[in-house]
Amino acid sequence: MVERIEETGKAHTTENLVEIHSLKKYFNIKKDVTVKSVDDISISIRKGETFGLVGESGSGKSTLGKTVVGLQAPTSGEIIYNGQNVLQLDKETQRNVNKEMQIIFQDPHASLNPRMRVGDIIAEGIDAYKLFKGKDRTNRIYELLAQVGLRPEHAKRFPHEFSGGQRQRIGIARALAVEPKFIVADEPISALDVSIQAQVINLMEELKESEGLTYLFIAHDLGMVKHISDRIGVMYLGKMMELSNSDDMFRNPLHPYTQALLSAIPKANPRAVKRERIVLQGDPPSPTAPPSGCRFRTRCPHAMEICALQEPQWKEVEDEHWVACHLY
Amino acid sequence: MVKTANDQLFRPLDPAKQQTDVIERPSLGIWKETFLSVIKNKLAVLGLVLLLAIIFLALLGPAMVPYSASQQSLTNTNQPPSAEHWFGTDDLGRDMWSRTWQGARVSLTIGFVAAFVDLILGVIVGGVSGYMAGRGKLGDRVDNVLMRIVEVLYGIPYLLVVILLMVIMEPGITTIIIALSITGWVGMARIIRGQILQLKSQEYVLAAEKLGTSHPKIITRHLLPNTMGIIIINLTFTIPTAIFAEAFLSFLGLGVQAPFASWGTMTNDALGVILSGQWWRLFFPAFMIAMTMFAFNAFGDGIQDALDPRARK
Ligand SMILES: Nc1ncnc2c1ncn2[C@@H]1O[C@H](COP(=O)(O)OP(=O)(O)OP(=O)(O)O)[C@@H](O)[C@H]1O
Ligand code: SF4
Ligand SMILES: [Mg+2]
Repeated sequence: MVERIEETGKAHTTENLVEIHSLKKYFNIKKDVTVKSVDDISISIRKGETFGLVGESGSGKSTLGKTVVGLQAPTSGEIIYNGQNVLQLDKETQRNVNKEMQIIFQDPHASLNPRMRVGDIIAEGIDAYKLFKGKDRTNRIYELLAQVGLRPEHAKRFPHEFSGGQRQRIGIARALAVEPKFIVADEPISALDVSIQAQVINLMEELKESEGLTYLFIAHDLGMVKHISDRIGVMYLGKMMELSNSDDMFRNPLHPYTQALLSAIPKANPRAVKRERIVLQGDPPSPTAPPSGCRFRTRCPHAMEICALQEPQWKEVEDEHWVACHLY
Repeated sequence: MVKTANDQLFRPLDPAKQQTDVIERPSLGIWKETFLSVIKNKLAVLGLVLLLAIIFLALLGPAMVPYSASQQSLTNTNQPPSAEHWFGTDDLGRDMWSRTWQGARVSLTIGFVAAFVDLILGVIVGGVSGYMAGRGKLGDRVDNVLMRIVEVLYGIPYLLVVILLMVIMEPGITTIIIALSITGWVGMARIIRGQILQLKSQEYVLAAEKLGTSHPKIITRHLLPNTMGIIIINLTFTIPTAIFAEAFLSFLGLGVQAPFASWGTMTNDALGVILSGQWWRLFFPAFMIAMTMFAFNAFGDGIQDALDPRARK
């Protein structure tokens, strides 16, 4: 077993809102087949930041997000919210912590109950926590609708009458209703038209300021999180590959996987600094049988002998810049 | 007219039309919308009209003629259809019209009662099983036990159940309903379980869970309403299956006993006389069985289309 230095172990001047320690989430899909969707990940998310989490499909981003907010019980590891270990709280406190952590989903068609009116969908949390009743409840629904750029008369309508972007706004309003502090946004814009993506991102940025939110923002490519993330983590087959602040990640990507992801982003200005396009070969290996040593080695252009033998350590190579790769 | 590419062809979009993020469809309740699209489906409407007609005649048909279903008239045996006896008479001089609709009552009762039992048992067992699956060790065990029971019953042909039941019970309506119910609900249970399993991982259910909604509320607000469509569709297929099973059992002599008439016993009675040209003895009950099957299936198909949101424009 490789000793890991925990990224969270370091004292920071900024306060951590959420800390994840050695989090593992395994699924037994068949008798002897286990998917290690999240395999020993430790990160901390600071109060008020947007933490961008990227990785290819199947790398375990959603699993990490769902586990952090408590929709799935972790196989092992700790989740610390505001200094409290959420898995060891009494029922009452847990319910409150639960309320403060919310999640927004990718698929704007699957995330709203087709048989409920928008007003009732938004009031789901209000009703569950009995926050408002009667007239106050209606007013609160209107207030939330206005906050996400919708109109009061939309409360009476059904989800299928709305466009993807509007549905996503409804999902955001539903989460806001319980006044959360931490929101996991699981690919909230991936399913939307490009023209709508920016609108939803802007809305989320505004809300972050006005409501004092902290985001774990999941996306499958780096381009999507570039402008909104303070820090970015790159995941591959259940493991964290690289973590740094957003600028560093784009200026100086260290991990070969991150380099490959970055080279795939189309440039607005083709004459800008020329970055050689690194093409990732083949599909990611099956998550049920990840390669030995470094999981990326089957597709890594720099793979060495040691990469197959030993799992690279999670190291802080530069200030606040973490990477798991034998090159460093 | 051929034009070169110029400013005429490429104009900036009118700002008023630039709003891309607008309401896509007018507002209608989901049930109202379903109703409207059922109405638009010709086959479904035909099925519905036929069904209502059959139910109406089952209720009032016997009262429309001055003969009761069991009233014999030995001077009037084996009459072909006439102004007197619209569907003719049988070998005991009983009015076939009256008997046909009397038989419809038996058939429909068995169909609806058997479907109702299927529904209750199927929704409870399938719902509990689907909801508990994946909820820890206890949940998985509950699911496993229930599904084993379902599997065992699924493998037993209902005819066998009927024959075994005959050992301890008299043949009759109750026996048929019990026999059909014992084996019938497992199909419904499987469908409901599958649907609940699928719905449970839907993002809106996860969101509800995250927002602190209680389990009973998740079931009644999110899971059951979204299972309704599939339940209704399934019912429109289980009811005619039960009706046909009754007819079949009665035809074999294992079903409804005299003096009750059912479509099955009537076709059975008719077998002996069909060669002597009394076609009406076989035709009317057999035709009614076929019509009822058709009506339910047409209606079911129509509803299925109507409940599929992807089929809507
Ligand atoms: N409930 C589950 N049961 C079994 N396997 C699961 C379950 N949830 C996730 N997995 C598996 O875990 C792995 C990671 O899935 P996850 O959905 O977290 O990936 P992701 O990074 O969010 O991908 P995407 O970009 O497609 O959303 C996949 O191999 C997936 O099949
Ligand atoms: S550890 Fe080796 S295989 Fe893995 S990314 Fe680094 S160089 Fe490539
Ligand atoms: Mg995902």
